[in-house]
Amino acid sequence: MTRRIRLIVLGLGIVAFAVSMALAFTGMPQFGGDLHAYRDAAVAATYAHDTANAVSSINFDQRGFDTFGEETILFCAVIGVAALLRPVYRERRREVSEAGHVLESTNLLVYFLFPLTVVLAVNVLAHGAVTPGGGFQGGVILSTGIHLLYVGGRYSLLRKLRPLAWFHQGEALGVVLFGALGITGAALGSALFANVIPQGQLGDFISSGTVPLFNIAVGMTVCSSVIVLLASFLDQALAIRAERVSDPGRTPRSGYEEGSAS
Amino acid sequence: MNYYAYFVAVSIMLLGVAGIATSRNLVHTVVCLSVAQSGTYVLLVAVGFQYGGVAPIFGAQVGKTTPVVDPVVQALTLTDIVVSAAVTSMLLALVIQIAKRHQAIDPDRLGRLEG
Repeated sequence: MTRRIRLIVLGLGIVAFAVSMALAFTGMPQFGGDLHAYRDAAVAATYAHDTANAVSSINFDQRGFDTFGEETILFCAVIGVAALLRPVYRERRREVSEAGHVLESTNLLVYFLFPLTVVLAVNVLAHGAVTPGGGFQGGVILSTGIHLLYVGGRYSLLRKLRPLAWFHQGEALGVVLFGALGITGAALGSALFANVIPQGQLGDFISSGTVPLFNIAVGMTVCSSVIVLLASFLDQALAIRAERVSDPGRTPRSGYEEGSAS
Repeated sequence: MNYYAYFVAVSIMLLGVAGIATSRNLVHTVVCLSVAQSGTYVLLVAVGFQYGGVAPIFGAQVGKTTPVVDPVVQALTLTDIVVSAAVTSMLLALVIQIAKRHQAIDPDRLGRLEG
């Protein structure tokens, strides 16, 4: 397909899509109106379980099974990336040297921001049921905080502070914990992912039953996932190098070249 | 009637799709896919919007009868963002593999089928 034909097909597709979307939007309830049937049902369910943060209640209580699937998607993607970014044929891992100059102001900022970010992450994660935030957000902030060390120019320090094997296990443990909490709901309550713990008082730190526990499980998975992902990409960029072919006269046979020739 | 937010959502998505179709670099293609997916965030949040509605965090000020914006679509947006991050990372890893095997990341130069 030439570029010209592709652009014509694209233009036709965009016009058709835009027209169908315009037709769909004119048939929808008025924008910003007060007709939100799902909202009303979800708010009632949130109140029934004394959870202050309605979004957390929906994610971890009302549709916990969906969130389990979502967590599994993340888990599988990380496994896929880790499998794709191994050192492959004719590649080797080299030691990353501590070359390069880092501004002292950058260093200072990292020393100042690193503990602050970790505390913020734990705060966001722990209060997921009562304030905006939760496991996903807290996990991302925590992993970002740990990678501030890399911004400070210290790949070796990052590697010391980030024992990758722990995070591999932490990721799996988070998924297992999430599933175990769901099965506990089935064993003690009425259904899979049922909220079986007494919910307490709306707005309290210890309230809303299983939601904070789910938040912790998701936080573990998300933090470990982002760390494993970024570790794979950093490793690829910094440590893995293609081996030089020692004897240029003899072309080594490789599976790839055979594959592309057929 | 106000279709402004829906228009923005569809525009972002179509911009992303156009970027994918005209891309000359696979990393650019992956980023365009993220842009197209961002359109769905805007659409979801726009569907749940209500004039005068506040954030769905209940407490002393926000009670059972206070109008809040739809938390269901916000939860869906959160799911959407996580899936988008997973897809983007997976695709970028694939791009690295393609770059290694073909020494090219222009989709037009990767036309030959393998097998």
